[in-house]
Amino acid sequence: MNIHEYQAKQIFAQYGVPTPRGIIANTPDEAVRNAEKLGGDIWVVKAQIHAGGRGLGGGVKLAKSLDEVRELASEILGMTLITHQTGPEGKLVQKVYIEEGADIKDELYLSVVLDRAQEMPIIMASTEGGMDIETVAEKTPEKIIKVTIDPSIGFQGFHGRELVFGLGITDKKEQRKMIDFASKLYKVYMDKDAEMIEINPLVKTGAGDFIALDGKMGFDDSALGRHPELEDMRDISEEDPDEREASQYGLSYIALDGEIGCMVNGAGLAMGTMDTINYMGGTPANFLDVGGSANAETVAKGFEIILKNPNVKAIFVNIFGGIVRCDRIANGILEATKLVDVHVPVIVRLDGTNAPEAAEILKNANIANVIPATDLADGAAKAVAAAKGEL
Amino acid sequence: MSILVNKDTKVIVQGFTGKEGTFHAEQCLAYGTKIVGGVTPNKGGETHLGKPVFNTVKDAVASTGATVSMVFVPPAFVADAVMEAADAGIELAVIITEGAPVKDMMYAKQYATKHSMKTIGPNCPGIITADECKIGIMPGMIFKKGNVGLISKSGTLTYEGANQVVKEGFGITTAVGIGGDPIIGLSYKQILPMFEADPETEAIVMIGEIGGDLEIQAAKLIKEQITKPVVAFIAGQTAPKGKRMGHAGAIISGSAGTAKEKMDALEAAGVKVVVSPAEIGKAIAEVLANR
Repeated sequence: MNIHEYQAKQIFAQYGVPTPRGIIANTPDEAVRNAEKLGGDIWVVKAQIHAGGRGLGGGVKLAKSLDEVRELASEILGMTLITHQTGPEGKLVQKVYIEEGADIKDELYLSVVLDRAQEMPIIMASTEGGMDIETVAEKTPEKIIKVTIDPSIGFQGFHGRELVFGLGITDKKEQRKMIDFASKLYKVYMDKDAEMIEINPLVKTGAGDFIALDGKMGFDDSALGRHPELEDMRDISEEDPDEREASQYGLSYIALDGEIGCMVNGAGLAMGTMDTINYMGGTPANFLDVGGSANAETVAKGFEIILKNPNVKAIFVNIFGGIVRCDRIANGILEATKLVDVHVPVIVRLDGTNAPEAAEILKNANIANVIPATDLADGAAKAVAAAKGEL
Repeated sequence: MSILVNKDTKVIVQGFTGKEGTFHAEQCLAYGTKIVGGVTPNKGGETHLGKPVFNTVKDAVASTGATVSMVFVPPAFVADAVMEAADAGIELAVIITEGAPVKDMMYAKQYATKHSMKTIGPNCPGIITADECKIGIMPGMIFKKGNVGLISKSGTLTYEGANQVVKEGFGITTAVGIGGDPIIGLSYKQILPMFEADPETEAIVMIGEIGGDLEIQAAKLIKEQITKPVVAFIAGQTAPKGKRMGHAGAIISGSAGTAKEKMDALEAAGVKVVVSPAEIGKAIAEVLANR
């Protein structure tokens, strides 16, 4: 789960990680009131969507008067912001964050993520703040400093020294401030079961202070159960409604842009099915893992979600029945076709425990658009042909 | 021969009396696995599925001599269970539970390693040595005995791969489902050399997926140490970037962890890489014919 910038900064503030002062607003009036509360004579109006690249997309603007705050807030609230991360359809902006202006001297980059190879968190830092870190990593990898933190010892002084010397910070006072910043951020990462925290840019002000000008946080979904305070920060408008609906039924669904709907048990086999369809000249319309216990209800829900996509021309049900017997699944599929109007050809491959019985059940049911397949290759080939209208 | 587990392996079940633990322990017993007892706190002294229940892993080990634990406790208690097993001298913990927090596994795996306990999983189907010992949730009947070792991040692709190998007239020595979480126990790097050393294993199927770099590490190791033929499939060639594909670890972050980079690395290491899981069986038949 990801959260908005203003929420990440609330968490930072709780841990003493310096951020500019700011207040969230839902309307232009509120934006002006918040700017007044903050005081000063310069404010930043920032669109709150999860996707990155907001500045380039026109979602972050500077206001030099309260009138300008109103003007910019009116403009940004309700706009569909398109960035390189939103996709061409963009994202509707429903909240703006009004923040005091900052005196920016230098822009740095700082993040904490899990290093999967080392199985420990790493702090990544760079002097190239404000840039896409992937680009920095590719073009000037020497400008990225990586400090691994073994969680059994936590953030130590030497970690901090590696970081500040790596960033070329020579002023002792600044070194202390940066080390303090990073150690607190590491604590946030561990305490909150974060998956990643990214601050880009982290700015050094004219006064030599370090503050988080931006903030991105994502959390380990498996750990949300012990963080009700984070669950409250969930913004469902940021989630794909179909993916969300699917997850409520224990299905894992991701829409793609092809023509063949896929319903598979197991994430690996689901990906493998998509790959096979692609290899045989078709295009998968989705990833859908119905999980370990495919039954009539979950299969029916799967059909329903797949068929919401108007591009779907055929559905490939690919189930390898293990503990769950294939004959039961076959009956579930037949049941599901009664619950949902399935108007495209459905290719069904059931393999594993009791597969022959399942084939018999499907054959005897004799439903015109339910087409049995013998194995993965046969099923994928039939699905591709069906989508082309050649079956 | 086989790797890691065989007909003499003594197994306990943590989370023995729970619904999942009970169902799958029963299936394992039916397969022939030597389950010698289980652990459920406050149920010590009872008998479940005809086997003794203990309050602690230490008690269970002391009285049964078990060396392997199958872990079925709920996600929030996985780390505790794994560390308890390590502390009690268990040699291998097979963690079936899905949804254990990553941070928990970070600590648990470190502690396990410190106590020289191997782990498999979490979020995996387990391990099976055909006709001898099944520790996990896989359908045992698919795994006919034979000469092919199998390692996979995905459960159903393990079954798919094994089934094809069997349909081609071969069989399985041991199959290990290592799981697709961001932090897992034994991986290709540790298991491939075990198959290399196992005299019965003549070829290896390796099934990977997008995310992380374990398959890249495996490619390096194969190039240097593995002389037996390896057939590989990497799931997720058509997966979009930045989307988590079912498994917690199956995500392409930025430009890293794509199927293509893994396939290229494996191919360069001399592995026979197939583009569809439907080709695994045929590829095994081919490499075994060319020995």
